[in-house]
Amino acid sequence: MPEQDTPFGRATLALALLAIDPAGLGGMVLRARSGPVRDAVTALLPALPLPQVRLHPQVTDEALFGGLDLSATLAKGRIVQEQGLLARPAALVLTMAERCPQQLAARLAMALDRDAGHCLIALDEGAAEDERAPQVLAERLAFDIDLGDVAMGDITGFPPEPDEMASARTALSHVITGDDLAERIIGICAALGIDSLRAPLFALRAARAHAALLGHDSVDDDDLTAACALTLAHRATQVPEAPEPPAKEDTPPENDGDGEEQQSDDLTLPDELLLEAVRALLPPDLLARLAAKAARGGTGSGTGAARKGNRRGRPLPPRAGRLGNGARIDIVATLRAAAPWQVIRANGAPRGAGVLVRAGDIRLKRFEDKSDRLLIFAVDASGSAALARLAEAKGAVELLLAQAYARRDHVALIAFRGTAAEVLLPPTRSLVQTKRRLAALPGGGGTPLAAGLRAAHDLAALAKRRGLTPTLALLTDGRANIALDGLPDRPRAAEDALLLARLLRAAGMDGVVIDTGNRPEQALKRLAETMGALYLPLPRANAERLSAAVSAALG
Amino acid sequence: MKHPFPFSAIVGQEEMKLSMILTAIDPGIGGVLVFGDRGTGKSTAVRALAALLPPITVVKGCPVNGETAADVPDWAGIETKITHSIPTPVVDLPLGATEDRVTGALDIEKALTRGEKAFQPGLLARANRGYLYIDEVNLLEDHIVDLLLDVAASGENVVEREGLSIRHAARFVLVGSGNPEEGELRPQLLDRFGLSVEVTSPKDIETRVEVIRRRDAYDNDNAAFMLRWQAEDAAIRDRILTARKALKLLKTPEKTLHDVAELCLALGSDGLRGELTLLRAARAYAAWRDDTALTRAHVRDVAAMALRHRLRRDPLDEAGSGARVARVVETVLA
Repeated sequence: MPEQDTPFGRATLALALLAIDPAGLGGMVLRARSGPVRDAVTALLPALPLPQVRLHPQVTDEALFGGLDLSATLAKGRIVQEQGLLARPAALVLTMAERCPQQLAARLAMALDRDAGHCLIALDEGAAEDERAPQVLAERLAFDIDLGDVAMGDITGFPPEPDEMASARTALSHVITGDDLAERIIGICAALGIDSLRAPLFALRAARAHAALLGHDSVDDDDLTAACALTLAHRATQVPEAPEPPAKEDTPPENDGDGEEQQSDDLTLPDELLLEAVRALLPPDLLARLAAKAARGGTGSGTGAARKGNRRGRPLPPRAGRLGNGARIDIVATLRAAAPWQVIRANGAPRGAGVLVRAGDIRLKRFEDKSDRLLIFAVDASGSAALARLAEAKGAVELLLAQAYARRDHVALIAFRGTAAEVLLPPTRSLVQTKRRLAALPGGGGTPLAAGLRAAHDLAALAKRRGLTPTLALLTDGRANIALDGLPDRPRAAEDALLLARLLRAAGMDGVVIDTGNRPEQALKRLAETMGALYLPLPRANAERLSAAVSAALG
Repeated sequence: MKHPFPFSAIVGQEEMKLSMILTAIDPGIGGVLVFGDRGTGKSTAVRALAALLPPITVVKGCPVNGETAADVPDWAGIETKITHSIPTPVVDLPLGATEDRVTGALDIEKALTRGEKAFQPGLLARANRGYLYIDEVNLLEDHIVDLLLDVAASGENVVEREGLSIRHAARFVLVGSGNPEEGELRPQLLDRFGLSVEVTSPKDIETRVEVIRRRDAYDNDNAAFMLRWQAEDAAIRDRILTARKALKLLKTPEKTLHDVAELCLALGSDGLRGELTLLRAARAYAAWRDDTALTRAHVRDVAAMALRHRLRRDPLDEAGSGARVARVVETVLA
């Protein structure tokens, strides 16, 4: 019987449970670099009662769902359909799951949701913390095992025998689950801060499979402990240690109290032992990981990352290739490629009139569509140094625009002073317009840093929707002293600025903070860190140095 | 394949269920957007909806689900006038579907193998008179989004490509679901959805336990579970049909129109689509409730779902736009 004390033991146990109820448990994420340890686990995959199908992140829709088999169709002269990989229930093994694109993840999630009997093993080879199998998939798989620190010597424990599994599979539907089981599992989920309702379902099914594996008639505490440890530990969002209720920032205090009472009064306390078992398996870096997760922003509709596709944009010469994955055929080029061979082919395979086209003749349309970048300069126009700084910024903007034709950069300029921020130059590539707009720049007054950042945030959101990729260059030397509502209040101004910095970070914006003061300012450095931006002290910068620094920093 | 989870067996999530029922009563409301966390039953509800809808009558073999022979497009080449009834189509639009698959395109198989120029209808044709469901709608590629907007607004799909010139009816209800953490939707697309609901995991233990119990019963004893809920699903379907009839007779007092306009003005929602949708949703809601006249109470109950996605975004408002609508409703319709 596999032991639960080591990651490897957990992996074998998870696989055994999966082999008993593959469709119900959905599958597992196996996080390990390719190597003997992972091989030792994948060697156990044949125990699953399903045919194995290997997928890679670039698998096409045609391969997944089937479709026209073009080469066979052309060769035979009649329509030949091929079956997709998802047509029959299978154990899908997704290699390099950390590189799985969102589109593929959504399709696989759909396949899992359909109850078609699939089960998915996601082999996650991510090295960095945020290189992970997509959440959409991990959410739908019962287990998540990290084999990162396992050495060859740690490989212990033996999987159950095949006939043991077979009898467990038949026993599964006869396992009795007590009425209070669901309540106990929900209680544990609440203590661990797990919101999703898929998690308790997986725990319930895993407990049942575990009971079947051990030949129990009904689910007992050991089954439940093992199941919760395997299915819940990696989903935890809070550490259940509670000498004092850990006051979470986002829950109102009176609610917190209610929850506590409810748990102790009308529900059996989440069993300490059970919780202990799960707690032992909580990832040690749980909190750090949560922070990283919160900081990472997703991409939405309208993001303009550079891309080279086959849909739109400037046409490129057609290229030979296979149809599929959304490729579009260039019919004229295809016919042109087939034309010289017609006489020979007609002799070889006489089958009536028409053009004889072979798979090798297919030419695909290609387009290049590169999204433009928008550089937003947010310039501090407060105080006495304003005039010089604005002039430098203006010079840098013009220098950058001069190169813009080659680099496809758009530029915008926001100045903040007094009590508010103003968009002096909306996103543009026109040098003429820039020169005219920037002719007169007012300066002086307080430093409404937060207002400036807010204007930058709004402008960036607008630009994103138009398909531009915004980046921010913030030029300032001072500390914020005007709050968002326009009142002079230093502490609140700093708070507001930090709040907006977090917003900008959440929006996933690249940036650079340029400190033009004579002495590096700690508060600005902190602001840059919050924003996830580069901090660059650049006293007495002139336009050339400024534009060079921005170019270098933002690539 | 198993039957989808019964609609009536979904625990809680009343707002989401109501919004779907309202579009079933009056498809003119124009679709639902469901935004929420993972594992809250978004996909389950949409897939369950299909089983709930009354069947429609179509000409046999018609690619665009035409109701009479006059609705069948010429290019389909269908002679028969025989009609039969089919379940209301609920078509899945997978992410990364190509433009060809959505709008339809030259049938490459026929072109290459038989040398015929034929049109292969796409997902829009199949979704005509039914539902088009987009999971993870916020991850959909931009050019597909634009195309959908265009077709949804005009009710007609026009294909002009590869020497084809084809148009066919494409009237469907858009249902989108997504997780806001993974990306935002453009306001232009948001505005096209009639209703928008936000779902969260139930917070109280009792409800959560009930969800798990039902799901477990569905998995383990499917036949008995479906039997248990079939009657309830049928009851909802009958109520939808009754409400559809009642909708035609429903009176709209002048006063309610004023309420609606005042509310939208106070919220500063863009355009007139907000007013129109709010009115339609309120009427459908009144019909569903079996009331004979539209009142302020109906408007108040559906205001949040009809308007919350039409407000200008305020990046600093952490309460969310639902709370903002509720605040304004309190003051305007006090």
